[in-house]
Amino acid sequence: MTDLSEGRDDYEGRDEYDIAPGVTQAAEYNIREGIQTYTIGLVLAVILTGASFYVVRTPLIWGPAIPTALIVLAIAQMGVHLVFFLHITTDPDNTNNTLALAFGVLIVVLILGGTLWIMGNLNDRTMLPSSTMQMPP
Amino acid sequence: MTAIDAFTPLRPDLDPYKLGHGHDVAALHVHDASGHGAGGPASKRVIVGYGFWIFLLSDIILFSAFFAAYAVLWTQTAGGPSGRDLFDPGSVAIETACLLLSSFTCGMSAVATGARSQLWTQVFLVATGLLGAAFLAFEAKDFAGMVAQGAGPQRSAFLSSFFAVVGCHGIHVTTGMLWLGTMMAQVWVKGFRPNILRRLLCFNLFWHVLDIIWIALFTIVYLIGEGR
Repeated sequence: MTDLSEGRDDYEGRDEYDIAPGVTQAAEYNIREGIQTYTIGLVLAVILTGASFYVVRTPLIWGPAIPTALIVLAIAQMGVHLVFFLHITTDPDNTNNTLALAFGVLIVVLILGGTLWIMGNLNDRTMLPSSTMQMPP
Repeated sequence: MTAIDAFTPLRPDLDPYKLGHGHDVAALHVHDASGHGAGGPASKRVIVGYGFWIFLLSDIILFSAFFAAYAVLWTQTAGGPSGRDLFDPGSVAIETACLLLSSFTCGMSAVATGARSQLWTQVFLVATGLLGAAFLAFEAKDFAGMVAQGAGPQRSAFLSSFFAVVGCHGIHVTTGMLWLGTMMAQVWVKGFRPNILRRLLCFNLFWHVLDIIWIALFTIVYLIGEGR
């Protein structure tokens, strides 16, 4: 058995409709577009990061809404990183990468959401007053 | 007009998802899309990149378990210090800036690699490494300061989960730095061979994913913890 892909040149335009994650045609073949993509990503990421740090300090936002605002900003920034740094897009040549990401996100949501739900539920059902839980050892 | 023509787009770009690509496309020479059921397996570059992407997603799932533990335990301070008492917002901001800029310089090194520029690839990889080292130095300083105050991982469930999730990310960055040094040496000695290019691609993916995990870290651990 020989590996069919072994002897193949990686750069003969074979993968016109299929692309590895983290690869963008722009960055591969056009320096200006490549720099542009990463710079846009950096600017957007800096704005969103700055917004996150600002939201914590500003009195403009209603206190209980701050965690929600932070999580929304974090998810937005993750999207920016995925698109501009990892080049995971909705392009047809990215279908496989996007589907894998979608499955990963599903598992992460199940783990986080399931844990918080179950542990929160157990906490509510525990009859101990919360003060005894906070006692120093 | 034959029945096959109905599935054949007039222009290939009008059918980007290649609906009906199984209908004898090879005979029509319309699409030879590899990895889509026609045109044979994808090239090694795509397969390696995809495989590493799957690994990174599993790594993200590993982190999600640490995050879940932290989210459950972060109020359980056992009478000890809470995040508000311990976290230094200035230090977190510097760490965030270092890691974000290192992600950018890492991307720039990928552009330089695309242009096959040995000099600029090395320059941007060095910049990435220095920013990563600065990040690790600040994190180590934070950890040492906390342990010196008696707020080590053994103090409370909150601190155990804190050191687990932030420390796990720190170990990933440290490993990434070792990988970075290895890649610089390999690019220097071996040049832009296909196998070296594939390793650079994987390293780039790894480094960008570390930054994505840091977004979750500074948001969930530091900023939300600070607000309380």
